[in-house]
Amino acid sequence: MSGARMSALAILRGQIERIETAEVVHPRDRIALGHGAADAALKGGLARAAIHEVFCEGRQGAAATGFVMGLAGRVSARRPLLWVRQDFSELETGALSMSGLSELGLDPRHVVMVRAADVESALRTSADALACDALGAVVLELWGEVRQFDLVASRKLTLAAQGSGVTGLLLRMAAQPLPSTAETRWMLRAAHSPPGSVWSAWGAPVFDAELLRNRHGPCGRWIMEWNCDECQFSEPSTYPQPVVAAPAHRQDPAVLQQRRAG
Amino acid sequence: MPRLPIDRIQRFFNSAGLGKANPEPSIVVIKDNNALVIHALDEAAERLGLYIGQPLANARAMCPDLRVFDADTVADAKTLSDIADWCDRFTPLVALDPPHGLFLDITGCAHLFGGEAALLRTLVRALGRQGFAVSAAIAGTSICARTLTRQASGTIVADGGEAEAIRSFPVSALGAGEAITTGLRRAGLKTIGDVASRAPGEITARFGARFSTLLAYALGQGDAPISPRKPLPDYIVEKRFAEPIATDTMIAMTLSRLADTLIASMEKQGKGARRLEAAFFRTDGVVRTITVETGRPVTRSAVVDRLFRERLDALADPLDPGFGFDMVRLSASRTEIVVQEQRDLDAHVHDNDELAALIDRIAARIGGKRVVVHLPQDTHIPESAVLAASGQHHLAAAMQAEWPARVACEPPLRPLRLFDKPEPIKVPFATVPDGPPHQFTWRRALHAVVRVEGPERIAMEWWRQDGKQLTRDYFRIEDAEGLRFWIFRDGLYEGEVFDGDGKPASPGWYVHGLFA
Repeated sequence: MSGARMSALAILRGQIERIETAEVVHPRDRIALGHGAADAALKGGLARAAIHEVFCEGRQGAAATGFVMGLAGRVSARRPLLWVRQDFSELETGALSMSGLSELGLDPRHVVMVRAADVESALRTSADALACDALGAVVLELWGEVRQFDLVASRKLTLAAQGSGVTGLLLRMAAQPLPSTAETRWMLRAAHSPPGSVWSAWGAPVFDAELLRNRHGPCGRWIMEWNCDECQFSEPSTYPQPVVAAPAHRQDPAVLQQRRAG
Repeated sequence: MPRLPIDRIQRFFNSAGLGKANPEPSIVVIKDNNALVIHALDEAAERLGLYIGQPLANARAMCPDLRVFDADTVADAKTLSDIADWCDRFTPLVALDPPHGLFLDITGCAHLFGGEAALLRTLVRALGRQGFAVSAAIAGTSICARTLTRQASGTIVADGGEAEAIRSFPVSALGAGEAITTGLRRAGLKTIGDVASRAPGEITARFGARFSTLLAYALGQGDAPISPRKPLPDYIVEKRFAEPIATDTMIAMTLSRLADTLIASMEKQGKGARRLEAAFFRTDGVVRTITVETGRPVTRSAVVDRLFRERLDALADPLDPGFGFDMVRLSASRTEIVVQEQRDLDAHVHDNDELAALIDRIAARIGGKRVVVHLPQDTHIPESAVLAASGQHHLAAAMQAEWPARVACEPPLRPLRLFDKPEPIKVPFATVPDGPPHQFTWRRALHAVVRVEGPERIAMEWWRQDGKQLTRDYFRIEDAEGLRFWIFRDGLYEGEVFDGDGKPASPGWYVHGLFA
């Protein structure tokens, strides 16, 4: 490759870098989740006025819902929460139960539910809602692979969120991650209750949360417990932190990310 | 509309391109007492001396080359209601007079169309162009007008002249039914004048109070109220076009101008709109009505404009202008008094307003039933503990609802996701009769139970039971993967579940929800 082309590439890279860093969110616009390691990776917490995606397998839907609900509870801070869902996902994983929500320590009074018939109207509704700054957060729940949710749709949501300061949370059940403009992307699994006497150890919700993508920091994987009384995440006390075994044949992607970001 | 059924069929043939310049006489027949009799007939058939109520066999004998159609009363009713929609352009008070008539209350409306005579002429001519034969009349009472249409179409009777106008008509024009008409004729009372000259007491004694009331109404002594199809809207504004409009921009512009006018006139009386209807009158007579509802009274025309734009945008069957709309009407069918309140500096009040506006917009787009808020219910049955209520109407109530407080330091007792209908699971065996299962199959996957909490026994409410419902024992279960379920056994082991022979059977197991 010639020197001129290399320098052109370098200039372009520099421009991209500048564009991306221009979007850097202020520390005050980040909400700490309560889990030390995760907050450190997120540079202080979950960014407001951005889109965050949470993926899970089909049968892990309830765990992912709990995690999204926790994030929404953290960022919305007593402001209304709009939950947009497809009709189909209710058949698959059940309806969001307000009794269960209040058991998690969150306030069902602030939840407005939109039952969209199809993906188009769900996307349209959430884009509208993200532009309304009276809301604390907007959750869009989609089931399965969704052709309509492409890069353009994702960009629309991001722009709306940036304009209004509302946080958008995407709950994608039974779907594979695709390129998007999300600030962070998580893969969620349910984790065991902390080990203990088998018949008495049913405790608070525990999530195995893997941060797959983080625009402004490293990725990682943590076991997070939702503390229903304090309404925040925490490290489970009696839980050995089982991070993924480092692949033998190549470097840990999290380490790679860290180096590039640093 | 004396020939509505036959006109409807003729219109259908014309629109299909099958209309003939000089068709053979056509009739519509209906089954009456196991015989086919004439229900409606066209002009040609009438000239041949056929009449309504004549048996088909007789008619065929008089005229062998008749075109005969079966009556379709449902389609006729639909046509009549479409015509009534169209008639909304003259007055908001249009009532159906089944099977083939319409009442229009034109009180205070006639001057808008150049007087009563001009209105009548316009209406008859416009419907005639559409292929409907119309006989119409204007009178002080609805019954008198109906009597006039049967004998003297096109008459306009001034107030007080009713008795004089219908005096010479035969008694059949009253439309009182076959038995009474025949009875009057047998009594030698041929005309309405004859009947009216008798003492009302005699008539009532012989033909019943209902007939004497009908007669009194026809003679202009008192009036039967008509029952309009739609309640009278509180405010109406409309715009008529000499040149029909068809483009989206023109429609949007018209709506926003109408909204300005409507809101301005409502503002003078301190009202806000809760329900708005836009009616689009197409040049070919089709009327399309679009409704938007709001959660709180609207007082700004920009909001009205935006709601309609959202609604029009999201219509499953878009507004089809055809050859254009010649009239657009905007009406506020439900209004409320607006209390102008001083905004305090508390941001929450403002937030709720914005949220309500957002809910209205979403509801206009995807339907009001699809935006819900939740109200707690005083019951311990899990599936009915929460009521999903319309977000437009119950937002304020939901924001102030009292939810049962959770027990501190306890893990969640209720699942985050609840199935509308509990899903049956297969449980091979339980170690102890009342205990939890060791493994179960749900959606064709086997789950090994690792941790259990329970049972939590929930008995059904015997005081409001409609069928026999069983006591449930709920268990909170965690499987080997860490997934958490809320399962229950439907019925106690001994004494609640029986098989066909009345012997105790083993109760069923269900998954009711999933914990986070």
